[in-house]
Amino acid sequence: MRSKVVIGRLFRNRQARYGSIALILLVALAYIGPFLGSYDWTDKDFLAFLSPPSADHWWGTTTIGQDMYAVTLRGMQKSIIIGLLVALISTGLAAVVGAFAGYFGGWVDKFLMWGVDLLLVLPSFLIIAIISPRLRGATWLWFVVLLAAFAWMITSRVVRSMTLSLREREYVLAAVYMGIPRWKIIFRHIVPNLSSLLIIDATLNVSAAVIGEAALSFFGFGIQPPDVSLGTLIAEGSRNATGYPWLFAFPAGLLVLLVLSINLIGDGLRDALDPGSNS
Amino acid sequence: MSILQVRDLTVTFPGDIQAVRGVSYEVSRGEVLGIVGESGSGKSVTSLAIMGLLPRDAVVSGSVKLHDRELIGVDEDELVKVRGKSISMIFQDPLSAFTPVYTIGDQIAEAVRIHQKMAKDKAAKRAVELLDLVGIPHPDVRAKSFPHEFSGGMRQRAMIAMAIANDPDLLICDEPTTALDVTIQAQVLEVLKTAQRETGAGIVMITHDLGVIAGMADRVLVMYAGRPVEQGPVDELYYRPRMPYTMGLLASIPRIDGEEGPLVPIEGNPPSPAALPPGCPFAPRCPMRIDSCDEEEPPLTPIGGGRHVACIRSREIEHKGLTGADVFPVPVIPPSDVVRVPREQRPTVLELDGLVRHYPLMKGAVFKRRVGTVHAVDGISFDIAEGETLALVGESGCGKTTTLQQIMRLEPPQGGRVVVLGKDSAHLDRAARKSLRGDLQIVFQDPMAALDPRMPVGDIIAEPLRAHGHKDVAARVAELLSLVGLAPEHAERYPQRFSGGQRQRIGIARALALDPKLLVLDEPVSALDVSIQAGVINLLEKLKNTLGLSYLFVAHDLAVVRHLADRVAVMYLGKIAEIGAVANVYDRPAHPYTQALLSAIPLPDPEMERTRKRILLEGDLPSPADPPSGCRFRTRCPKFARLSEAERRRCVDEEPSVVRLASAADHGAACHYAEEIEVITASGDQEEK
Repeated sequence: MRSKVVIGRLFRNRQARYGSIALILLVALAYIGPFLGSYDWTDKDFLAFLSPPSADHWWGTTTIGQDMYAVTLRGMQKSIIIGLLVALISTGLAAVVGAFAGYFGGWVDKFLMWGVDLLLVLPSFLIIAIISPRLRGATWLWFVVLLAAFAWMITSRVVRSMTLSLREREYVLAAVYMGIPRWKIIFRHIVPNLSSLLIIDATLNVSAAVIGEAALSFFGFGIQPPDVSLGTLIAEGSRNATGYPWLFAFPAGLLVLLVLSINLIGDGLRDALDPGSNS
Repeated sequence: MSILQVRDLTVTFPGDIQAVRGVSYEVSRGEVLGIVGESGSGKSVTSLAIMGLLPRDAVVSGSVKLHDRELIGVDEDELVKVRGKSISMIFQDPLSAFTPVYTIGDQIAEAVRIHQKMAKDKAAKRAVELLDLVGIPHPDVRAKSFPHEFSGGMRQRAMIAMAIANDPDLLICDEPTTALDVTIQAQVLEVLKTAQRETGAGIVMITHDLGVIAGMADRVLVMYAGRPVEQGPVDELYYRPRMPYTMGLLASIPRIDGEEGPLVPIEGNPPSPAALPPGCPFAPRCPMRIDSCDEEEPPLTPIGGGRHVACIRSREIEHKGLTGADVFPVPVIPPSDVVRVPREQRPTVLELDGLVRHYPLMKGAVFKRRVGTVHAVDGISFDIAEGETLALVGESGCGKTTTLQQIMRLEPPQGGRVVVLGKDSAHLDRAARKSLRGDLQIVFQDPMAALDPRMPVGDIIAEPLRAHGHKDVAARVAELLSLVGLAPEHAERYPQRFSGGQRQRIGIARALALDPKLLVLDEPVSALDVSIQAGVINLLEKLKNTLGLSYLFVAHDLAVVRHLADRVAVMYLGKIAEIGAVANVYDRPAHPYTQALLSAIPLPDPEMERTRKRILLEGDLPSPADPPSGCRFRTRCPKFARLSEAERRRCVDEEPSVVRLASAADHGAACHYAEEIEVITASGDQEEK
């Protein structure tokens, strides 16, 4: 019944509707858009270096004559997947580890929190730098795992402390006295009551992952040229943002749109899950 | 001469929420005005408006005159001089009313020095005097204590000391004893009376407890939906109420001296201040409603004898001499079939035999060592027969809740035995424990916290059904909802859309989902308003009779217990002090603690309250980490104080066990010198403390 009620409320929520439409359009643009343009992202037009947007090159060209439209969309395909996956994995991991540590307490808590503290003190950038050369040949999805693995610890600490107070609530006790297994109580009563925090965390993680990926790529890890992502494009374009604004404006604008649509969906989902809101 | 004059006070919060809609009253010197009303009736907002303590966005109009000086619209600097000097306030929660990082003595001295030119050492001395006045033992030492080192009752006394520090003309007490246990409540009310005698102040006493008002107030103001609906001298109002709401309120409270039979509930809920009905706000719940009630709101009109009533049918009520029981429909509760069989022949559903639960008291951060033991439950035994209600009563900290938890956990106890439906909890495997959980369910105290706020009501009730693999869950949920008096369409709503009473009904529906044999009720009505409480009590009684349930009922409200329970066990500091059939224990209590407990309960009857002699207990509950030797009650026992030296020896050395009394079949007390006396209808020959 809960899922039915929540979905019903989600559809009635205007923010969520607009957010989902925007996200669907962006995904469609990223995957169908390249077929509409006349250039492939690997093509180079040696007659047009750094040309501004025109009828031929819709979003202009780069320093080496690549079509910005094709390149940006190619980058966006990567970034959408990286952003969404990293956010889902890291927030999910934070919720599960934090809630289990907080609910079970004792040795489970000690062990999990020891792991969290260890990951917190390790310099994540260094670890990624060491590991990524070994993954050079492997699929770039490994990169998603690496990014996610270092983004969840602080949230899980917050989740743990909130769980500590939630587990004393009478409805949790009631569930225990009904004979419901403890892992089910965690997913049914603890995690949904943390959903506001988790949703905000996940939406923030999407943009953080896209930007973080760009930073790593800039230093030569992650997405490697000639392949592109929104992050690498923004990093490159920002150097010439005033002189050749199209290099910067299109990838940055798409990133803003992407993050905005996910924020809208997140807000709508939070309202749909929160019985206190009047949607 | 009146100290305080309130005229047409209204308070409106943003969003056009009219919390107070025209309150007028006067308080004279030395007079106690009681304001009663349910939560949301605007009684606290009224007093905050008088003090000028409302948030800035609240719009206050009307007039509040203190000694003919207008307080509404006066700027903050002027009000600061009045607050704490001419008007003092005593709040409900004494823990949050003190700053935790300053000592009690410093905080009282501060209150003195703000309004009087006084040297620091003199103010400190005055603080000690004040603490002595409110009956704090060793006031010079205790003045140096921090608020957390005080017990709840002592904190409330210190709060009173602070309030009277500057000899105020008016004391506003906002539910001053609601958070306290009955024996402590009796002490604090006594202190309030002393404080009033000392200062000669007028008191505005705001509470929902009609018993407290009956004993304290000279005049009473009844509020409903932000307006006074009836006002008058306390006797007139209690014995001859003229407004159906007051009549219903008085008829709906269970009484410790009351007769059997169902309570009279007021149907429905108080209206939301944002959506008031047209006409009389009580009309939708009123059994005497006629069409003209909906036309306009009746004004508060004087009817002689200092009384004011806001009801168009008050003349008729007076003329016919109607009471709440005549007007409000009394529900019919079908009798139970089980009780026809004598108790001895009925099967036992729950048996506790010497149950023990001790908690270790640990110290140290890295290397924990045991420094003591908290004797939360120290060997208690009782049994519940089928179709019976056993009430476990006692003050906070006596081990009631721990006992419940030990039963509900269905795990081997530290000591003793817990036998549920013939199955010993020490010999249960996982599957047997789970199936037994279906027969043993719990209803919690706080209807707010007991329901997952993020789950629709349908899912909440379905949860136990799904956990135990039931089919056709939706139909059962609908059936359960209608069983507890809610509409099946409510299943898709979240808990917070419901009022407190409705939420408690949802909690009951969830507990009934698996057709349990034994229901554990942990203070099920103590968080509810009086008019709602009666409905829930009646529901519990009806369910018990129709479904053949047995209840283990934990409560601190002895009046509710008298009404609902068949047998009662009084707990003190982890032990049972007295146990027996309700009629025996209430009418002829034998243990001094039970006697004190019963005599401390305020009765909603001004005449009896005035003539009653109270057995006041001294001090607070000793710490369960360090219980007294021998009889645990002896440190506070009024009887122990009267015994001779030789007799006392036995109390100190030997721990009394529950012994059956000769005069009754089902009555036992754990006292060496048990002696049955009557305390509810006060007789003059009792020892007065």
